[in-house]
Amino acid sequence: MEAIKNLLFRMADDELIYGHRMSEWTGMGPIMEEDIAYSSMAQDKIGHALANYSILEKEFQTANPDKLAFFRKENEMMNCQLVELSNHEYDFSLVRHFLFDHADFIRYEMLSTSSFAPLAQLSKKIKGELKYHVLHADTWLTRLGNATDESHVRMQSALNELWNYALGIFEPSDFEAQLIAEKIFDGEKVLQQKWIEKISPIIEKANLKIPTSSSPVYGGRKGYHTDQLQPLLTEMAEVISSEAEGTEW
Amino acid sequence: MSKIPLNTPVLDPRIKRVDLESTYGTTAIGENEHWISWEVFHQKKRGDQHVHVGIVHAPDAQLALLFAKEQFGRRLACVNLWVTKSSDIFSFSYDDEDIFDNATAPEKQYREAAGFKVMEKINRYKKSKQKA
Repeated sequence: MEAIKNLLFRMADDELIYGHRMSEWTGMGPIMEEDIAYSSMAQDKIGHALANYSILEKEFQTANPDKLAFFRKENEMMNCQLVELSNHEYDFSLVRHFLFDHADFIRYEMLSTSSFAPLAQLSKKIKGELKYHVLHADTWLTRLGNATDESHVRMQSALNELWNYALGIFEPSDFEAQLIAEKIFDGEKVLQQKWIEKISPIIEKANLKIPTSSSPVYGGRKGYHTDQLQPLLTEMAEVISSEAEGTEW
Repeated sequence: MSKIPLNTPVLDPRIKRVDLESTYGTTAIGENEHWISWEVFHQKKRGDQHVHVGIVHAPDAQLALLFAKEQFGRRLACVNLWVTKSSDIFSFSYDDEDIFDNATAPEKQYREAAGFKVMEKINRYKKSKQKA
């Protein structure tokens, strides 16, 4: 039970934090269509977070999704550090989008055969959305990697900067063996392997190179975060904290 | 009518205005500095016709599809989208609008499907059904 809860929290927190980062492009995108694209993908992500928090509430009697999303402390958040980093410029956001969404897509694909039915059902429900997120990321990565010298250099630098954080997505939990044995989830190691196999040819097609040396940034899954998460959490909870408890919206 | 100075900086990457004052005849608009128009066709369900819904601007077909998905595929039921370059569309001229006149000429109402006698029969049948 702790094993499934841990998995759900990791996924939900990733999606919540990443969804909020994506939403920060609303009104700021480089062109209108991208503005819309990020805004709608942000809604999808936060919807996925809500779905996972709802499973936690229903199956494990945790607090309700709003409480889980807005009233947990920084060191209780189990998202990987990749998703909490500030947006920087569009190249940085696009490369993160590419790296994270491929992992997210494969994770749900693996969960489609999970012995834990609520996750298997969720996986089938959101497959189309995730497929589009990946298509969006691939289209931009391959185009900008091959466009001008400037765009190529920008994409490569963003990839270099984000690579170790991306490997942090797959920080193993204390429950890997149990999740695998109970056929709930095949584990972060398998996920990472599938992820590398999937993204390598696309990165090559974008004329970019995966950094040769790597050292994964772990810690996020255990509640250790960069100084960029707390300001985001504060901002996210600003409105809900300003109202008396139980206020109806 | 107020004129926008030609050298006004433009932030939109799709548009580069040619600065006539600083150049004479040699300025070229580079590839992708002026994005292409694409006509978007939307299909509600399999087997239906694709229906024209609007245009997007994009540098290539792949991105045109991506933008079309954002603009035309999010709010209505949709199973498929087409895009085609606006420049690939061939059209009559509005100057020749009169060639279509006789399609709606009053003395040729018999051409309108609604004018068929069978329509009256159908309507009579529908009415009788409602009463029953």
